[in-house]
Amino acid sequence: MKEFYDIVPPGMDPKNLAGKLFVIEGADGSGRSTQISILTEWLEHNGYAVVNVGLKRSTLIAKQFSEAQKSKVIGPTTMHLFYATDFADQLENVIVPAMRAGFIVLADRYIFTLMARAMVRGADPEWVQSLYGLAIIPDAVFYLRVRPQLLVERNFQKKATLDYWESGMDIGFSQDIFNSFFTYQRKIEKYFMQMKNVYGFQVIDGNRKVDTIAKDLKTRIERLLH
Amino acid sequence: MTIKTPESAGYPGALIAVEGLDGSGKSTQIHLIKRWLELEGYKVYFTEWNSSVAVKPATSKAKKSNLLTPTTFCLIHATDFADRYERQIQPLLRAGYIVLADRYIYTAFARDAVRNCDPGWVRRVYSFAVNPTITFFFQTSLEVALGRILSGRPKLKYHEAGMDLNLSDDPYESFRIFQGRVYEEYKKLIKEYEMVVINATRPVEVQQEQVRKYIREHINLSQFKWRSYK
Repeated sequence: MKEFYDIVPPGMDPKNLAGKLFVIEGADGSGRSTQISILTEWLEHNGYAVVNVGLKRSTLIAKQFSEAQKSKVIGPTTMHLFYATDFADQLENVIVPAMRAGFIVLADRYIFTLMARAMVRGADPEWVQSLYGLAIIPDAVFYLRVRPQLLVERNFQKKATLDYWESGMDIGFSQDIFNSFFTYQRKIEKYFMQMKNVYGFQVIDGNRKVDTIAKDLKTRIERLLH
Repeated sequence: MTIKTPESAGYPGALIAVEGLDGSGKSTQIHLIKRWLELEGYKVYFTEWNSSVAVKPATSKAKKSNLLTPTTFCLIHATDFADRYERQIQPLLRAGYIVLADRYIYTAFARDAVRNCDPGWVRRVYSFAVNPTITFFFQTSLEVALGRILSGRPKLKYHEAGMDLNLSDDPYESFRIFQGRVYEEYKKLIKEYEMVVINATRPVEVQQEQVRKYIREHINLSQFKWRSYK
């Protein structure tokens, strides 16, 4: 029997959810996706069926949301609710069915990124917490904590540019994207560390080598599989 | 939860909302309120449910796909509302306008409750918004409202008819049952939010006179006049 944080969405039966839900949280460039592919391969190798989920991947509105966001006319509350709709769609149509079928769901980010993003943009923490009260409590949440300097290096290595939203340019900390990135990431991290105790994250040192982190994660997950 | 109003939020504007079943005549009434206030020279802005330009492509896509669940149905309408609220309703209230809303958050409270969403959760989702200064509820019997809508045998949209609730395979029958349940929810909301009930079976102009009288008695209209620079 799985539990939800606050409410059980209509039509959901918390019983019969045999699968597991593991969440990896962390900033862009924290190595989340790399770790998710390593873990997926490892779990499949060991005979577990795996489903990957992430943000803004819902079939329902992901494309229309991106377009609205690109136009930069929508306000923060609208944006948070768009994210929440996208999340709820994936929760109900991907995560829950997969868990019912006994799959392991690996989530490349979960409600915590969405909550941190909302709070850093001034949303009322109680409102945000209530909004995402519809989420299933994961079996474990791993927060990949990486020094901002290293995040910058990895982002440049990947795309040679910093992402507008991941730098919090919409908030207006600074016109300078480089400065804005640091301010934004520091604030996001502050919210993550606050949520850590409330939601029981495991903080993973993401400054280490890929293999070392993977080994660490595998050990932690293995304990929860039996 | 405490009820926030434009006044308690420190906004100089006033917000007037109309609620009621489809076919209650509320849109006609709010149109007449709008014309009256405009012609009298007041600063007025009108907004209606489910009409955000930025969110519409998402809502239409989601509705067409029939993939909406009660939760995503609730959230996508909250998104639409939030866009109108953040970009129009709230700034205009702060600028000292009279904002007229054809349906407001209570429409969501009623419909989402019928779809079995947790009522407390839905209220919290919408808690960023102020409650209206005045909410008029246009009350008819269910049969009258249904008769006005269904007499022309209109084509009912899937969600409008509540078809997603599997109440009946017949859209008209489904609509009847759905509207009946929405009405039961409204009855609770009228009390909870102290709506002003207008008997919507009386002649249009009689209702309108009653509404105008109530507005004049409860809102100091003079502060909403356009200033003349002549």
